[in-house]
Amino acid sequence: MTADRPPVSDARPLALQIRGLVTAFGDFVLHKGLDLDVPCGQVLGLVGGSGSGKSVLMRAIIGLQPVRAGTVQIMGHDGLDPDPAARRALRRQWGVMFQDGALFSGLTVAENIQVPMREFLHLPEPVMAALAATRLRQVGLPADAGAKYPSELSGGMRKRAGLARALALDPPLLFLDEPTAGLDPISAAAFDELIRLLADTLGLTLFLITHDLDTIISVCDRVAVLGEGRVLATGTVAELRAFDHPWVQQYFGGPRGRAAMGKPV
Amino acid sequence: MGSMIGWTRAEDGTAVAAASGRLTIDDVAGLVEQLAEVAPQPPGLVIDLAGVTAIDTAGAWAVNEAVQRWQQAGVDARIAGARADIDRLVAALCTPPPPIAVRPDHGRPVIARIARIGAAVLAQMESIAAFLAFLGQTLLVLGGTLIGRRRLRWHAMVHQAEAIGVNALGIIALLLFLVGLVVAQQGAVQLRQFGAEVFTVNLIGRATTRELGILLTAIMVAGRSGSAFAAQIGSMKLNQEVDALKTIGLDPIEVLVVPRVVACAMMLIGLAFFGSLWALIGGGLFAWAELAMPPAAYVGRLQEVIMMSDFVVGMIKAPVFGFIIALMGCFHGLQVTGNAESVGERTTRAVVEAIFVVIVFDAFFAVFFSQLGYN
Repeated sequence: MTADRPPVSDARPLALQIRGLVTAFGDFVLHKGLDLDVPCGQVLGLVGGSGSGKSVLMRAIIGLQPVRAGTVQIMGHDGLDPDPAARRALRRQWGVMFQDGALFSGLTVAENIQVPMREFLHLPEPVMAALAATRLRQVGLPADAGAKYPSELSGGMRKRAGLARALALDPPLLFLDEPTAGLDPISAAAFDELIRLLADTLGLTLFLITHDLDTIISVCDRVAVLGEGRVLATGTVAELRAFDHPWVQQYFGGPRGRAAMGKPV
Repeated sequence: MGSMIGWTRAEDGTAVAAASGRLTIDDVAGLVEQLAEVAPQPPGLVIDLAGVTAIDTAGAWAVNEAVQRWQQAGVDARIAGARADIDRLVAALCTPPPPIAVRPDHGRPVIARIARIGAAVLAQMESIAAFLAFLGQTLLVLGGTLIGRRRLRWHAMVHQAEAIGVNALGIIALLLFLVGLVVAQQGAVQLRQFGAEVFTVNLIGRATTRELGILLTAIMVAGRSGSAFAAQIGSMKLNQEVDALKTIGLDPIEVLVVPRVVACAMMLIGLAFFGSLWALIGGGLFAWAELAMPPAAYVGRLQEVIMMSDFVVGMIKAPVFGFIIALMGCFHGLQVTGNAESVGERTTRAVVEAIFVVIVFDAFFAVFFSQLGYN
């Protein structure tokens, strides 16, 4: 699947540009001057061992985690700008799907999807209901899930509802934290296809934290490996397989990595 | 934003809607309106997307929605001229999603109201049954702990005792000191009319040791710790920590409830004593300042007027109130289901019901002890 896609040239404008990012908890420095570029329209997969700071990096980019040093440019805007108006404009640029959906438990799924629409736009109720229905189907949820509360859904369904909410405004930049974890293989594959379709048709830039090797291989244009407080390497899966680092070698060369790439275990 | 749809007509009479610019969610309301300007009519409709620079899901939905409206009217309708990527998105959305309900359907309002009343009554009865079951379980585990069959979690208990008791010392001292001061002041004003100001000491002494010191301490602890129990255990329930305890083979009653109940009952004895003492100090300060009664004389009077039975009655009530507060907090914490709202609701109920039951029991104790002759 990767081969028939045009190679991503670095000439495209950057959706995300991180320079010298330092995050720390007390004395413990997690990211030690991290650099990362994501061109517009690219699907970037972020991998790394547990505790390597993948989720914290995402939280730092979207402003949930204080940053000690460094700059973050999102769609050409300063991502760390504390000005409320700038932050509001910035939030319109991205959608975030948290690991367990992070749905508002007091609202139904359809209302959850409509929250960003109500906040940023003035749309008639029937249009919002129809858009919520479209989102529900886009993420593979049955129509009757719309009127249900998050507590009435399974973990996998909550994840999909979370994605539907992240997509609500068709943001150009989408952050997905472990999108396929907890989904059955069939749904996960459908999810991968959906992500790819959205990325291709909407020109979405995706920042994808994942451990799912199938997702990485079938969806990601480029993979960044996080470790030792920085980005160890970025490149296509094929390039990373040739990269000489023990963790990267284990990750892509292990039995699961080889199985996902259709090679004999 | 200007017009996005230009309506024209082809030679054969087909309506042509030429879309241009950005068909995105920002303008989707206008887009829907403009697409509805021309009613479905033969021979057909062509939506020309050649001029579209960007489209998102909302835009694609609006375009498809127009096509479907025309097709349902029995007229041919199609999309033309779209770029490959735009065509792909529009095609992906071409079957309309089934309409959804945004909120659960509750049926007719009157029936729904009656149904809600019925459901509330049933829920209340279930709640009482669940509380009785919880009380029974807790008493069983407590009994088991007393006869040594079950472990008392010393570590948890000491931790809770610190949170309930030691950390509350400051606020209880301040509260009861002020109450003592106010009672003395108000009592003195009234008793002065009879020239009986000196009996203010009787009022402070008996009222605080027997009633106020205990009751106000209990209300304070219900607000401070009862609510904390409900919120802590409720959050653990939401986070499946309670389920995890069960699967590991630990009894939540033993691990979570009993240490809190024991610590709360014991700490309330100390807190009530401590609080009463501060109320007496507050009253004494007033007596010294306003009634010119030196502390030594005040203490002497207190020894005369406070009967041992007053003190004992107060100290018997304290652990019972502590037991009730902890029980309510833990019960409502364990009743949390579903969402964060439930934690808030249960926390409120834990405090309100704990205070209510404490006051009911206080009234019961008042009647009970006077029947026994301890006036």
